[in-house]
Amino acid sequence: MSSQAPASSGPAPSVGRDRRSVRKLPVKQLLGFAGIVGFLATWELIPRLGIIDERFLPPASEVIVALVRDFGLTAFWISVGETMTAWFLGLVIAVALAVVLGFVIGSSDFLRKATNSTVEFLRPIPSVALIPLAVLLFGVKIESSLMLITYAAFWQVLIQVLYGVADVDMVANNTAKTYGLGRMARIRYVVFPTALPYLMTGVRLAATVALVLAITAELVIGSPGLGREIALAQSGGAISGMYALVLATGLIGVLINVLMRFIEKKTLSWHSSVRSEVIA
Amino acid sequence: MKALATLGYVLALPVLLVLLWWALTLGAVNFFVPTPGTLVGKFGEVWFGPRFFSDVLPSIGRLLVGVAAAIVIGVVGGVLIGSVRWLRALLEPVLEFFRAIPPPVLVPVLILLMGITDSMKVAVIISGCVWPVLLNTIEGVRAVDGVLSDSAHTYGINGWARIRYLVLPSASPQIMAGVRQSMSLGLILMVISEMFASSSGLGFTIVQFQRSFAIPEMWSGIVVLGLLGVGLSFIFQWAERNILRWYHGQKEVENAA
Repeated sequence: MSSQAPASSGPAPSVGRDRRSVRKLPVKQLLGFAGIVGFLATWELIPRLGIIDERFLPPASEVIVALVRDFGLTAFWISVGETMTAWFLGLVIAVALAVVLGFVIGSSDFLRKATNSTVEFLRPIPSVALIPLAVLLFGVKIESSLMLITYAAFWQVLIQVLYGVADVDMVANNTAKTYGLGRMARIRYVVFPTALPYLMTGVRLAATVALVLAITAELVIGSPGLGREIALAQSGGAISGMYALVLATGLIGVLINVLMRFIEKKTLSWHSSVRSEVIA
Repeated sequence: MKALATLGYVLALPVLLVLLWWALTLGAVNFFVPTPGTLVGKFGEVWFGPRFFSDVLPSIGRLLVGVAAAIVIGVVGGVLIGSVRWLRALLEPVLEFFRAIPPPVLVPVLILLMGITDSMKVAVIISGCVWPVLLNTIEGVRAVDGVLSDSAHTYGINGWARIRYLVLPSASPQIMAGVRQSMSLGLILMVISEMFASSSGLGFTIVQFQRSFAIPEMWSGIVVLGLLGVGLSFIFQWAERNILRWYHGQKEVENAA
């Protein structure tokens, strides 16, 4: 599967890339900064010059002022808190379920074969298909968001855990068996370290998907959070407020990406350092 | 015998689950869960009629147009940005930000800019699906093998031929990974754009059933979306196997060595 290829081949090229970027660092950062400034300037000019009506696309300065004003409001932070709570709880439930099921299914050849068709059938079902069901069962409460988030994030993690458990080195596993390690000990010391990089890839993908679904649920169903605030701002005509909230969701997305990459790097650097010692 | 065992593995669990569902709905009538028989009956009745042409086909059409446009824009833009170093440095932070915005929030924005039209729905799908393809193409173009790139240069392969025979093939595994993400995202955005504000389409119809408490019809709609997701996934896997045949072959050789 190509989705796992970048994960396994990731560390090696990044070394060369880092070295190059150290030499080019100031120029690269300046260019990146110029890109952001250029983007904001374009955004500022489009409504100012009347290419798009200011009522539909307020200039960047206005939106940024609205965003800064939001930062001072308790209501804004409550919405952020609600979105992040749904995101976090949904992600934790999905990861916990997927890890347990993934290890159980993955470590048995029979179960893996027997569940394969069902997993491949259930996985591509878009979680938004469950929106009407969530509304019927839970209404506009956080449980609706949780149901969608958990369903979407679960498959991302499960698939990666299954790949990871299947990737276990038979020699290592048999060696552990010969040394008398029990089933649990082997899962702890052989299977788990092998599956960990895959698991982290799954969690990183799931974190992004979970945020998308959290916002979707709030937007479409109306469960509490930033998404609902966006829908309310749009229908209430608070246009620069709406754009400010859109920017805020983007910032949350960037933060989640940075956080996940940081966590993944921590775990993977531990893993690859152990691996390179073994190889050397 | 072996084929029979494989068939058993493929069918056993689904059959078991459907039997369980049938057995559980046999006794008490549950308002939320229809029996398998009712669902199959409603499925045919609801979706194989005029609704197939008024709601299902237009939805699928918008999805395909949107995803195709996103792939074209993403690949063309990605090749351009990936091959020009200063352009990449200039745009990288902005693109990272755009990718991080959850695509569904673009629905209200685009409704505002374009009104509730078909082109708005296609624009929602494009604006959400373009990022995975674009960023993966940039990554893939950047990671073109240095030796191959230099050899091509030495042989005087430049311009279009270089893109056609060097850049696109070596970026294609990454591009396909991006396309896979786009396909599932596109389906989600298609449904959301119709649920949020619309008067036709799959998403609208399903929400309509739910609001009028037509539960078996609603379930049949969920099944349609599920089948659509599964169908897209199969088409994609088939396309990927054909386009990346050389790549998987190469991987096998490398792994065997």
